[in-house]
Amino acid sequence: MSDPVISVRNLKKVYGDFVAVGGISFDVQRGEIFGLLGPNGAGKTTTLECLEGLRRPDGGSASILGVDPGREPRKLWNLIGVQLQTSGLPAAMSANEALRFFSAYHGVAPRYDLLERLGLHDKLNAQYCQLSVGQQRRLALAVALAHGPRVVFLDEPTAGLDVESRSELHALMQELRLGGTTLILATHDMAEAEKLADRVAILLRGKIVTIGTPREITATGAGWTKVSVRTERASLLQNGASFPAVRRRLEQEDYAVFFSTDPGPTVSAIIAHVEAQADRLIDLRVERPSLEERFLEITQNGGAQ
Amino acid sequence: MTAFAQHFSFEFRTGLRDRSLLLLNYLFPLGFYVMMGYLMGSINPQFIDTMIPAMIVFAVLSGTILGRPSTVVEAREAGIFRSFRVNGVPALSILAIPALTSIFHTLIVGAAIALTAGPLFKAPLPVHWPALVGITVLAAFTCAGLGALIGVISANSQVTILWSQLIYLPSMMLSGMMVPMSMLPKGLASLAKLLPATYAMQAFQGLAYGQPGQMDPRACVAILAAGGLLAFALGILLFRWDRRNETRRPHPALAALALLPYALGAALL
Repeated sequence: MSDPVISVRNLKKVYGDFVAVGGISFDVQRGEIFGLLGPNGAGKTTTLECLEGLRRPDGGSASILGVDPGREPRKLWNLIGVQLQTSGLPAAMSANEALRFFSAYHGVAPRYDLLERLGLHDKLNAQYCQLSVGQQRRLALAVALAHGPRVVFLDEPTAGLDVESRSELHALMQELRLGGTTLILATHDMAEAEKLADRVAILLRGKIVTIGTPREITATGAGWTKVSVRTERASLLQNGASFPAVRRRLEQEDYAVFFSTDPGPTVSAIIAHVEAQADRLIDLRVERPSLEERFLEITQNGGAQ
Repeated sequence: MTAFAQHFSFEFRTGLRDRSLLLLNYLFPLGFYVMMGYLMGSINPQFIDTMIPAMIVFAVLSGTILGRPSTVVEAREAGIFRSFRVNGVPALSILAIPALTSIFHTLIVGAAIALTAGPLFKAPLPVHWPALVGITVLAAFTCAGLGALIGVISANSQVTILWSQLIYLPSMMLSGMMVPMSMLPKGLASLAKLLPATYAMQAFQGLAYGQPGQMDPRACVAILAAGGLLAFALGILLFRWDRRNETRRPHPALAALALLPYALGAALL
């Protein structure tokens, strides 16, 4: 494996008595989309701000493209692009001015194709305060990408975006990854992380409680597969029948839901039971646990695996 | 276009585009000038003698001490400085470039006042025009530094108003803009010497109008320059990128050092 683009070792950040980041370590490879997940206050934004050179860590080390963010932030800011969670542009600054302004500070020509790509081409002369929240976030992203950074930090990039804009942004992120750009994505949106991220780290109270690909993380949970069944006469509802490998069952509207450790025998037994009751299957769904379910499992267990 | 040119161009246009800045840079000083010209011309004809420098100093105070501090606070609180920081915009540019644009706005207003006060109100014109321009630039520079410093040390917009008024109101009453300094009681005259507007008025009177004043006009220029440089230096030293900036900075009370040149002036002149 090549040298990591981002290397974090035992990173710590403390605010008074509050440990925001309690000694985390991870590496990110070139062209990877790496997701930082966690509930509010888990330390995602603080971690990002330490890596972006906005906060000085209280311990440990970090390296972005060989640059220490705490010691050489100015060098770093020409190599990275940052879309901050809480940031703004001057209210009277137009999209055109924003692009020209920040491109000038990075010493590059303004890239109007980015505004086109992000659906802001007709907002070129609109002032920041006249843009919707979604448009403001897209403009912030255009500014972050304007100088062709090799590493891009995105903090809740799709917050406030409509479905179409989210989809467009996801496509842009995939495109950037294919071009070799490394993306660090902090998000609350588990579906987004599961769809986009090559690897994710789940943070809880400043610690990484699990790290891996979304598939690896969902596989390390209780390993239960969700089997949802709806029948014509609802013979599975209010029914005490037991099925092999089922560890838990519940009823959701017209569906009987079973959590199975071995879905093959479970499904066969359910079908046989329905036929024996002279009932008829209307819908049967077998789903592996989602990242969101695994995330909830971890956070509800206080980080215990 | 260079980063400096882009930044300057944006800040200059903001001074015209932003309603509150437009009001404080242009509408308020020009409106006040016209009103004072008609009103004071009949009530206090002596006022007309110092009308041009007084109204220029008023425009300087309005655009810098009243206009600038809240823009610094609002930009910090809205996360604008954070966006600037991650894109490599230095603190010096954030403080100095708006100050430069304030100087330009003041020059435009000053030109409008200086060129119309004679025909409209029969105000006496300066005998040394370059001195008028130079002192206008210097006064705007000094007060822009103080305005930036107030914005840097203030936690919110309400606090900026308090600090700004602490300079603005006494300047209006004591600096010689409304009442000649020679007519002030001794105690108030000493207090007036703590205000940059007083030194600007004295410098205008001595160097642009060639009239004797209460203080050496060259010393007044030196004190204004020292005050401006010190205010900017303190502004950069105490600058915070955001409200959670935990980087160790000197205590904001250090900003009081910005008054040192004026305190020296009060003691020595």
